[in-house]
Amino acid sequence: MSLVIHNLHARVVGGQQILRGLNLEIEKGSVHAIMGPNGSGKSTLSKVIAGHPDYEVTAGEVLLDGVNVLGMEPDARSRAGLFLAFQYPVEIPGVSNANFIRAALQARLAAGEELEATEYYGDLYKEMDRLEIPRNFTARSVNEGFSGGEKKRNEVLQMAMLKPAYAILDETDSGLDIDALKVVSAGVNALRGPNLGVLVITHYQRLLDYITPDVVHVLVGGRIVRSAGPELALELEAKGYDWIRDELSEAALAAEPVLA
Amino acid sequence: MSTETLSQLDVDRTRGDFHYPEQHTFDAGSGLSHATVDYISNVKGEPDWIREFRHKALDVFFSKPMPTHWASADLENIIFEKIRYYLANAQRPTRSWDEVPDDVKRTFERLGIPEQERKFLAGVEAQFDSEAVYSNMKKALGDQGVVFVGSTDGLKEHPELFKKWFGKVIPTGDNKFSALNSAVFSGGSFIYVPPGVKVKHPLQAYFRINAENFGQFERTLIIADEGSEVMYMEGCTAPKFETATLHSAVVELVALKGAKIQYVTVQNWSANVFNLVTKRAIAHEEAEVKWIDCNIGSRLTMKYPGVILKGRKARGEVLSIALANNGQHQDTGAKMIHAADETTSNIIAKSISIGKGRSSYRGLVHIPKHLKGCKNNTECDALLINSTSRTDTYPAITVRGSGNSVQHEASVSQVSAEQIFYMQQRGLSEAQAMSLSVNGFVNDLVREFPMEYSVELKRLIDLEMEDSVG
Repeated sequence: MSLVIHNLHARVVGGQQILRGLNLEIEKGSVHAIMGPNGSGKSTLSKVIAGHPDYEVTAGEVLLDGVNVLGMEPDARSRAGLFLAFQYPVEIPGVSNANFIRAALQARLAAGEELEATEYYGDLYKEMDRLEIPRNFTARSVNEGFSGGEKKRNEVLQMAMLKPAYAILDETDSGLDIDALKVVSAGVNALRGPNLGVLVITHYQRLLDYITPDVVHVLVGGRIVRSAGPELALELEAKGYDWIRDELSEAALAAEPVLA
Repeated sequence: MSTETLSQLDVDRTRGDFHYPEQHTFDAGSGLSHATVDYISNVKGEPDWIREFRHKALDVFFSKPMPTHWASADLENIIFEKIRYYLANAQRPTRSWDEVPDDVKRTFERLGIPEQERKFLAGVEAQFDSEAVYSNMKKALGDQGVVFVGSTDGLKEHPELFKKWFGKVIPTGDNKFSALNSAVFSGGSFIYVPPGVKVKHPLQAYFRINAENFGQFERTLIIADEGSEVMYMEGCTAPKFETATLHSAVVELVALKGAKIQYVTVQNWSANVFNLVTKRAIAHEEAEVKWIDCNIGSRLTMKYPGVILKGRKARGEVLSIALANNGQHQDTGAKMIHAADETTSNIIAKSISIGKGRSSYRGLVHIPKHLKGCKNNTECDALLINSTSRTDTYPAITVRGSGNSVQHEASVSQVSAEQIFYMQQRGLSEAQAMSLSVNGFVNDLVREFPMEYSVELKRLIDLEMEDSVG
């Protein structure tokens, strides 16, 4: 059981090619991290997997436990078990957090089935407590007027409630101070287990101090150029990304022609 | 969210789009003349003063031009000669659903009216084409002196009250369509609430058009005597015909000293109906009038509920929601005429335009120089679903004098593709996501509504959004 990304090529609709033959396999129960310099395609990867309409896949496949999700609508991918924690969570004025999460859970039930309200609020409060989210949060509009930390906590809360099979955390550390980072990381760590595969996308090593990955990948120019254990993240932190670029400039990049 | 997925829609008004074959005992025929007016007046056996009132009104109607210099040119598509102005089976409504003819009873059963009556209403009037077929009120209210009948019975049974207020809030010549209504009106409600009586549950009227090429011209007059309270709700539907149907009502409210009137409308006419309605209230000293006005259906709606704040400390409010889908123009708004010191008014209008739908807000707030301590707050927010959707705002605010205050806010927002993607990523379909956005947009207003109506409104919005996503 794994999320397999095979030879993925994607570009902005009618625009520039960004992913150029990306390969990755995230087994259930494991945590992978992708690091890379700005513009390497990190956020594009998360959006392409989730089905964002701004991007088109030009080759390759994304298999969720063996099923290619690329032909599916974003909502069908979500219901199939894919979760994306957004780098910039979107505000939805007038829709309360409680109603939003409830609607998302309801969308997973068969027609005619109703979510049991008491049970739902019981689960919600439990997860909110774990993330140190105050009760008045349920009545506030989704992400409206939230601080950076509140928004990211909300992403992790939704993840906890929706219980995905695979979760992609897109720069979840951006905009967080150290205390919020600890809370959010603890929330993610609590969800780790044999039934969840996680892909953490980050620019900085800092987040990986709190969410320790099993494997670290380096993404440059729309491809994974190096994969190793957590020590790779420390090396990148110490040396920056340039040394990888330098190593690649002669060898890897020259060997594989870049798709136009 | 792409424009092609939000294609044209032929709104599925499953509950309203059906009709039964016509059988009319009374039919004034097509076209409009003084003979039409006489026919209606004869059938109803009206006193001379009303007959004269009608004839004068018809002359005013003929003399007034169409307001197309400021309003939609679509008005020119109303062919007055082809419309039938009076269709009815009987002159008196029954007090029991068992006595209502089967077809008509089935119509209202499909619309859920008898069920609502049992659940939460204090009284119901059900109008079918030109006349009420059913009218009933809880006995306890009658014992307290509350009157809730059709306009014909109101005139017959309470001539003095009727004559005192009829046509006083909205004069015949107010506009071309108030003149038309004054000439051929039939049906609608007449309500009187005696001093100090507080009607706990709502009174409801349901207006149903069944016939093609028909015009419905109900006339409603509500008088809340000193210190009394009443809530009136109206719903309306029609089947979708190929030809245009006209609905042109006049509604007058009188709130005497310290009285409170709440008037709730959920308009869901089919997309061939011209809905041209004049609604106005007079609020005397310390009285409160609140219009809650939801326009979902119709081809063109023009409606600007107003309050004349005549007595000191009177309060007027309009809460308005309009949803304009493809082929629809919701031209709605509010009028607040301050005519006494320390009067306050509040207007909150929200509109949603989908596809090629168009919504317009027209507001009039008038506070003359000699008044002191008057306040108005106006907020109008428009939500556009597509790049082809359209919204316009035409506020007219004349506030003079130094002791008065006015606050006006307007906003236009669009449902963004990022918002829809975010919600889809959580598992909601595109239609569910749009529906949630739209419901979120109107949410703070809907909270002010009676519960039963906010549920109904949410259901209607869900239906519209389902249909608008291909």
